[in-house]
Amino acid sequence: MRFKTFACFVGPSLLLMVLFIAVPLVSVFIQSFHVTQPVIERIETERCTAGFLEQQCSTEIKNVPVLDERGSIVTTTRFVGLENYRAVVRPDSVQAAISSWNWPALMAIDFWKALRFTLSFTLITLPLVIGLGLTIALAVNNTTRSIRGPVIFVSLLPYIITPVIGALSIRWLFVGDGILTQAMEAWSGRQISMFAQGWTIELLMLFYRVWHVAPFAFVIFYAGLQTMNRDAIEAAMMDGASRFERLRYVIIPHLMPLIFFVSLIHLMDAYRVFEEVVGFRSQAHVISLQWLTYDLLQPDDAGNRAVSRASASAMLTMIGIVILLVPLLRKSWRDHKGVR
Amino acid sequence: MKRKSLLVAAVLAALVSGPATAACSFRNEVPVRILSAAFEAWKSVTDAMAECGNVTASLDQEFRTKLSAAFAAKPALYQMAGVSNTTIPPLLNQNTIRPLNDLVEKHGQHLKPNQLIKVGDDIVAVAMMVNTQELAYRKDIFDELGLEVPGTYDELFEVAEKIRESDKVAYPLGGTTMSGWNLALEWINFYASLAGDSFVNPDGTPNFNNENGIRALELLKRTTEYMDPEYLMSDSTFVQQQMQHGKIAMANLWASRVGAMDNEAESTVVGKVHTAPSPIAAEGARPVAMLYWDGIVIPRNISDEAAEAAFRVAMEGLSTEMVQAHNDDAVWLIDGYQPGRLAEGAVATATADPGPVPYPMTIEMGLVHSAIGNQISGFFTGTKSAEAALMAAEEEYRTAAGEAGLLH
Repeated sequence: MRFKTFACFVGPSLLLMVLFIAVPLVSVFIQSFHVTQPVIERIETERCTAGFLEQQCSTEIKNVPVLDERGSIVTTTRFVGLENYRAVVRPDSVQAAISSWNWPALMAIDFWKALRFTLSFTLITLPLVIGLGLTIALAVNNTTRSIRGPVIFVSLLPYIITPVIGALSIRWLFVGDGILTQAMEAWSGRQISMFAQGWTIELLMLFYRVWHVAPFAFVIFYAGLQTMNRDAIEAAMMDGASRFERLRYVIIPHLMPLIFFVSLIHLMDAYRVFEEVVGFRSQAHVISLQWLTYDLLQPDDAGNRAVSRASASAMLTMIGIVILLVPLLRKSWRDHKGVR
Repeated sequence: MKRKSLLVAAVLAALVSGPATAACSFRNEVPVRILSAAFEAWKSVTDAMAECGNVTASLDQEFRTKLSAAFAAKPALYQMAGVSNTTIPPLLNQNTIRPLNDLVEKHGQHLKPNQLIKVGDDIVAVAMMVNTQELAYRKDIFDELGLEVPGTYDELFEVAEKIRESDKVAYPLGGTTMSGWNLALEWINFYASLAGDSFVNPDGTPNFNNENGIRALELLKRTTEYMDPEYLMSDSTFVQQQMQHGKIAMANLWASRVGAMDNEAESTVVGKVHTAPSPIAAEGARPVAMLYWDGIVIPRNISDEAAEAAFRVAMEGLSTEMVQAHNDDAVWLIDGYQPGRLAEGAVATATADPGPVPYPMTIEMGLVHSAIGNQISGFFTGTKSAEAALMAAEEEYRTAAGEAGLLH
């Protein structure tokens, strides 16, 4: 292909990627080292507020932002180095917690609490998603051709549901008076509150994510199984390989590139876990890194939002994903070079 | 009042042209768009305004995230907004509210002085209702068990214990204790009961990490022992439903929510819920509540003509006829209001001596509220002590106040 043709095809998408991915990323990177704040002055004013019977007035000195002649708030931006990162990671408290072997103290810091959950969530769901996806793919592959279509359709359903809606449905099923909790209470004869402690919430989150993503792994693996060379399997059968041995030595090696692909996508997705926290209202017990960034960006009632700390938290999340992906990327890069 | 809820309740009440009905004294020709919170009182008021014609109201529980940008636009995207003392500070700070002195003089002579919200000499808002907490309780259960209505939290715990033993309801108590904004508000109410509105010092440094702060935390935790174990997910809608479905016997709840107990379409306890003043946290303390007002503001960045039309429409909404038609939707400040059974508690709370303090209209209060909301839930899940939770909240406040330019 001539370079010009290539550029014409790739150019528009490259431009959009620079505009909507690279530029915001650079801007977040820059913001994470700066703090922008309004210029504040102290003014003495009398304020009167409504009471039920009479007005309540008080004269107080208030901090009020300075406005310029066009009526917008005057702000200053200054470089603060790693200050924002320090405010998120809190190295001093971490050091104190580690030197005294105090795990709860470490978990009392939002960032580390979120990192602990995000990492364990990602690493636990990964093998479950791949295992379950592969199992469904093999099962579907072995069913009669006539019912395969409906079975594939039904297995795909969880993946089609919008994540927030899925998370909300799980909460409504398992909340204090939800039907599944009621059923479990009737069956076990004791009071069950799935959302009253952290570990049950985490279990539900793992269950929900695996249920939601396994169909994606299934579709990819199922497609891979269609390219399986029948001769290789028949040869293995001739050699007396059992069902398990055929799976272990013939099918899985054939699917290996796809397993890497699914792992890569799943690691990126699971590390950004967010819908579960919002949908389950779990922020008292369980928070994730993505949720932490979101929470910092939410304005409070007085309109303040911690943009610089949110930027730092977002950068840290991205660095985390990159670190997780490096081994997988290196492996596929080596394979890629080997093929050549 | 702003109630944080995941589901945005957005109701669009639009009434374009058509003959103005008899309820409105003039025919409005200038388009007036309104943005406000989405609880019952706002629905009644904006419906009354819509009778003047050319009025479009957006009722949205997440309105505060849109409001300051919408008012800062030139021209402003709305001609009127419904705010409260918790949501007005960003508008005051960016100076996008039109002083209403001239309009009050021309069209608002009938307004009562306590409806006029002032900063310096400027009238910045016209209040229509106050909101506060009141103790809603199941009179039938109290009568059956021979219980007295609790006036203090010590009495409340005794009563709750007896209700628990009687097994009449699933849980004796309900509370708006969803972690974050709601839980922080409960703590703020307890703190204000013990110590008034001294959350920050005059120089902006935090002042809540003290004995009263810890007592407030401990009292709040004690109330949760009588609640549904999933109390950290319980917002005001959830408590309202718990009470409507007969699952709880008491709750110190927003007055704006208690009115729904007599809604026959939703409630199974119509007529059984009575109200009393919010109990006090300790002898000589204030009720565990704060005072809020809800009212209307008009943006600076619109023409005088539009502002006048918006104000005249507002006066039609905040009228005695509207109050008479919707008496039980709120504790109205407007003439003609008669407190009903479900508002008696709120009126008693508001007029108690010493009475509840108003929620402060300051930037600092927003930061205190967020810091408390983020940090105290660890105390309830058992991962932090009360001291550690308040210490963490103080640190977070200092960080946030530093970023906001308030502390150096």
